Amino acid sequence: MSGFAKEFKKGIVISNPVFVLALSLCPVLAVTNTLDKAIGMSGAFALVIIASNLIISLMRKMIPDIVRILVFIIIIATFVSIVEMLFQAYIPTIYSALGIYLSLLAVNCLILGRAEAFASKNKVSDSLADALGMSIGFCLALILISFFRELLGKGGITIFGNELFTLPVLGDHPISVFGMSIGAFLVMGLLVAFFKWIGVIKDV
Amino acid sequence: MAKIKKDNLNVTGEEMLNSPAPHIHSKWSVKRTMYLVILALMFPTAASIYFFGLNAILVILTSVLAAVATEYLIKLVRKKKFVMDGSAVITGLLLALTLPPTLPLWIAALGSIFAIAIVKEAFGGLGHNIFNPALAGRAFIQLSFPAPMSVWIAPSGFAPDAVTSASPLSDAFKQIGDNFELYMDLLLGNTSGSLGETSALLLLAGGIFLIILRIIDWRTPLAFIGTMAILSLVLGQDAVYQVLSGGLMIGAFFMATDYVTAPLTRTGKIIFGAGAGVLTIVIRLWGGMPEGVCYAILLMNAAAPLIDRYTQPKPYGLKKK
Repeated sequence: MSGFAKEFKKGIVISNPVFVLALSLCPVLAVTNTLDKAIGMSGAFALVIIASNLIISLMRKMIPDIVRILVFIIIIATFVSIVEMLFQAYIPTIYSALGIYLSLLAVNCLILGRAEAFASKNKVSDSLADALGMSIGFCLALILISFFRELLGKGGITIFGNELFTLPVLGDHPISVFGMSIGAFLVMGLLVAFFKWIGVIKDV
Repeated sequence: MAKIKKDNLNVTGEEMLNSPAPHIHSKWSVKRTMYLVILALMFPTAASIYFFGLNAILVILTSVLAAVATEYLIKLVRKKKFVMDGSAVITGLLLALTLPPTLPLWIAALGSIFAIAIVKEAFGGLGHNIFNPALAGRAFIQLSFPAPMSVWIAPSGFAPDAVTSASPLSDAFKQIGDNFELYMDLLLGNTSGSLGETSALLLLAGGIFLIILRIIDWRTPLAFIGTMAILSLVLGQDAVYQVLSGGLMIGAFFMATDYVTAPLTRTGKIIFGAGAGVLTIVIRLWGGMPEGVCYAILLMNAAAPLIDRYTQPKPYGLKKK
C-alpha cells in the first residue's frame, strides 16, 4: 500500500492543487467569499474527481488515444450533472449560491488534468488515492482562503446559518475588499507567500 | 564570482555594480529627494491643518506613523536593513492628504499598512512597486469603506463643531455665490474635500517648488492638467472648475510624477499625463464616482512599462526603423 499512501499524500501538501500547482483557480477565486460556498464546492469537487478518476482509470485501456480528451470530458460532465442534480435536490441554497461555477466543474482544469496526467496512465487504486489526496488538498485550500475572506470581508464567521463569532470592530465595518474578487487574489497570494516563508512549499 | 565586499552594497543591501573610475559625484540621493518632496508637501499639509484642525493632525499622524511602523516591521521580518529614507513618510503623508477629515483613525492606519505591506514591500520595496502605494492604499479603503470615505465636512479650522457638506464634485453640491467666489474658494482651499486636495494654490506652490529643484518633470503635470482643461472645454464643462476641484492638483504634481510608477522617457511622461487626464474626465463625467484622479493614475501606472517600451529613444547613431 506504499504506492497508495504516496499518491494520497502528495496532493495535500507537496503538490497541493491550489497553492503549488495553481490549477483550478476559477472556482477557488470565485466561490471562496463565504465558508459555506467553499465547503459546498469542495464537496462537489471531491465527488466529481473521485468518480471520474475511478471510471477513467478503469477504462484507460479501452479509450482510443485520439479521442481521449472528449471521452474524459463526457465522463466528467456526466458526474457534474449528477452532482448538480443532487445539490439542487438536497441543498438548494448552496446550489443557487454556487451558480454557474458548479456546472463549470465539467471543464475544470484540475479534474481534467488529473484524468489526463494520472488516471489514464495508472492503476485504479493509485488513481483513487490521487483523487482523494487532491480532493483533500483542494478542500483545505478552499476552506483556508474562504475562512480569511469571510473573517475580514464580513467581520465574522457564519456556517450554514449559525453565527459562530463576530469580530469586535470589523463586525460593524468589515473590510469588504476581501469579499470582492480582489480579496481572493490578495488572500491567496498572501497564503502562498506565508507557506513559502515557513517552508511548507518549496520553490519549484 | 568573488565574495561581495560590504562597500559595494547599497542601502537596501543589494550589490551595486561599479564601473572603473573616474566617477561623477552627484549631490542627489534618494534621501535628499524624498525629504525635499516632504518639504513641498508641507504646503498642502499646512493648509489641511489650517482648514480642518485637529482632525487633520490626527489623520496625518496616524497615517504616517502606521506607514513607517509597517515598513520597519517588514524590514525586521525580512531581515533587511531599515533605512529612514523618507519614502514611507511620503506614502503615509500622501495617503493622509487624500482622506476625508473625519475618517476613523484605524481605517487611515489600515490604508497605510496596505500601501506599504502589500503594494510596496510585497513587490520588493522601494523602486520595485508597480502601483503608487498611497493611491492603491486609498483605493483599498475606498472600496472597503465607501461610507466613511465619503463624509465631507466644511472647513472649520479648530472649531469643535464640524458641519457635513457635499464636496464640490458630488452631485449634491450647491454652489453659493457667483463663479468667481467659487473659484477663489477652490483656489485657496476654503471648501470641503479630502485633507490635502482643497487648496489648489498651495499644491501648485509645492509642485512648482519641486519643478524648480528639478525633482519632478514639468511634462507630466502639464500634460495631465492641460488635457483636463482642453477636454473640459471640448465637452462643454466649466474648465476652471474641473481643474481646480478634486484631487487633480495633488495627483498631477505629487502622484503622477512618482519616479517608480511613471514612465521614464520624456514622451512617455506626456503620454502618461494625457492618458490620466482623459481617464479622469471620463470617470468624473460618466463614471459612478464623483472623482476619478485616483483610479486614472492607478490605471496609467499599469500602462507605464508599456509606454516606456514604445517611447524608448534610439541610441545615437542607430537608424530609425
